[in-house]
Amino acid sequence: MKIHEYQARDLFCQYGIPCPAGIVAQTAEEAKEAFAKIGTTPVVVKAQIHSGGRGKAGGVKLCQSADEVYDFAKNLIGSRLYTHQTGPEGREVQKVFVAEGTHIAKEYYFSMTVDSANAAVVMIASAEGGTEIEELSKNHPEKILQQRINPVIGYKDYDGWEMAQKLGLTGDKAKIFVKIARGMYRLFLEKDCSLVEINPLVETAEGTLIAVDAKVNFDDNALFRHPDIVALRDFNEEDPKEIQASKYDLNYVSLDGSVGCMVNGAGLAMATMDIIKSFGGSPANFLDVGGSATTERVTAAFEILLSDQNVKAILVNIFGGIMKCDVIAQGIVEAAKAMEIKVPVVVRLDGTNADAGREILGNSGLSLVPAETFAEAAKKAVELAAQN
Amino acid sequence: MILVNKDTKVIVQGITGSQGKFHTEQMLAYGTNIVGGTSPGKGGMEVLGVPVFNTVKEAKEKTGANCSIIYIPPAFAADGILEAVDAEIELVVCITEGIPVLDMMRVKNYMEGKKTRLIGPNCPGLISPGACKVGILPGFIHVPGHVGVMSRSGTLTYEAVHQLTHLGIGQSSAVGIGGDPIRGTGFIDVLKMFNEDPETYAVVMIGEIGGSGEEEAAEWIQQNMKKPVVAFIGGKTAPKGKRMGHAGAIISGGKGTQAGKVAALEKAGVLVAPTPDKIGETLVTAIKKAGIYEKCLVK
Repeated sequence: MKIHEYQARDLFCQYGIPCPAGIVAQTAEEAKEAFAKIGTTPVVVKAQIHSGGRGKAGGVKLCQSADEVYDFAKNLIGSRLYTHQTGPEGREVQKVFVAEGTHIAKEYYFSMTVDSANAAVVMIASAEGGTEIEELSKNHPEKILQQRINPVIGYKDYDGWEMAQKLGLTGDKAKIFVKIARGMYRLFLEKDCSLVEINPLVETAEGTLIAVDAKVNFDDNALFRHPDIVALRDFNEEDPKEIQASKYDLNYVSLDGSVGCMVNGAGLAMATMDIIKSFGGSPANFLDVGGSATTERVTAAFEILLSDQNVKAILVNIFGGIMKCDVIAQGIVEAAKAMEIKVPVVVRLDGTNADAGREILGNSGLSLVPAETFAEAAKKAVELAAQN
Repeated sequence: MILVNKDTKVIVQGITGSQGKFHTEQMLAYGTNIVGGTSPGKGGMEVLGVPVFNTVKEAKEKTGANCSIIYIPPAFAADGILEAVDAEIELVVCITEGIPVLDMMRVKNYMEGKKTRLIGPNCPGLISPGACKVGILPGFIHVPGHVGVMSRSGTLTYEAVHQLTHLGIGQSSAVGIGGDPIRGTGFIDVLKMFNEDPETYAVVMIGEIGGSGEEEAAEWIQQNMKKPVVAFIGGKTAPKGKRMGHAGAIISGGKGTQAGKVAALEKAGVLVAPTPDKIGETLVTAIKKAGIYEKCLVK
């Protein structure tokens, strides 16, 4: 799960990570008031969307006056930003964050994430912050420093000192860095984060360190024990179909193709997308109905697929293991009763109770296109989507 | 066959839950030797004729179990693994999907130097066809034979096994290593066992985007593998930065792409199936080339 910068900054403050003063605003008037409250110039006005690359997309501006803040916020709020992460549809800006400006002497990059191969949290830092860290790691991997934190004993201040030294930080700046690292690790563990990132971590002209940006992502699997974090979820940032899917515990990712897919199991669902592409089609989504789907969940999944205007044909690919094919078949029949299915539906059922499933579909009176194999099903679905 | 056989004595952790009970029934029907189950506070009960104990330690002492399978909800599953490790169960198979990654981080580090081997979590378990099933795989699609199967995905394992069976090729063992980023047994561990197993003549490996397990396996294959290996890597069309169901299946920082994994495997001499429907055919090509096709056919 992702949260906004202003929310991540609040968490930073709670964990003792120094941040500039800042106030979130939902209207240009509020932004103007925020400027007055902060009381220093310049301020930075930043679009709050769940995406990086906001600066390059025109979503960040250094402002010197209340009027400048007002005008920029007025234009920004309600407009769409297009970054390399939002895709061509962009993202509507609903809030801006007005923050105290800093006198930048140097920019660093600092983050923590899980290094799954080593089963540990890893600190990642670079003396070249502010830029796209993925670019830097591609072109100058030697400039990215990585340091594993021993998961058994946890973060110790000497971990921070070692990294500070590698970054060339000395004196008070090194002390502040250690404090930041300590807070970050505590935040990471206590809130089950998957990423805590400061980019840039700024060395100010006054000789201190401050987190000018804040990014925190969370492990979806651990949200059950963090109701405070769940409360930070912003539904405006998510695809409505994905929100609907999450209510039914369906693994759904919206894509831009024309073949809607309903599959059991994540691996088979991914492979189904691949095979659609190999026949010249394009998947409209990734959808794993899971191993223990009920008729109700299958019906919900079908409704989501049908609500997608881009879907020209549906491919149901089920290999029953735990999932019984007759349950899937019943779900399709229920869904067809509840709504009008205007697109062709190709169904391939195999594995547990496949014969019972085929019989239910055969007796349902629905005009479905049966398929024997994985490849045949995909080919038919691609052809039907192209004709429709 | 590797890891499990007809002598494996299995206990089911979480046997009184609906999933635990359902799959205990399925495993018993397959012929798995299930000697007990655990469910704290329900010791003394029986489920499907199987005795229930409060702790894994007690279950092991009373039954001599050497393997456990875990059907415990995600919030408590990591504790379930730790309990089995402390009871020194040799093989622990964790089916549970959705365990927090930091929980698995602790488990993985705690297990270092311990006697237990963990399979999973978030996996379908494993099967040695005709002998023993410890997991949720549909038993009837498998036939005993000489091809080893290992995979990060459950249903894609079934798909691959199904294709092999249709082509008349049996399986020595099929192992689902799971779709989570931090897991117990990895591809290389299973490859080593298949390499040393006299009854396994060739291996099918099913990987997917995310992580670096396939690249590392490719390197190991190039250095050590004596038997033909074929592979399929799912997620060619997956968008960057999106988690494709499995917590481990995500392309981040430009790493873990399907193209990178396929290139590494091909460099190691592994035949890679271009599409998921061709896994069986690709294996046939590889074993014909190695001159062992006839040997792999089910008699």
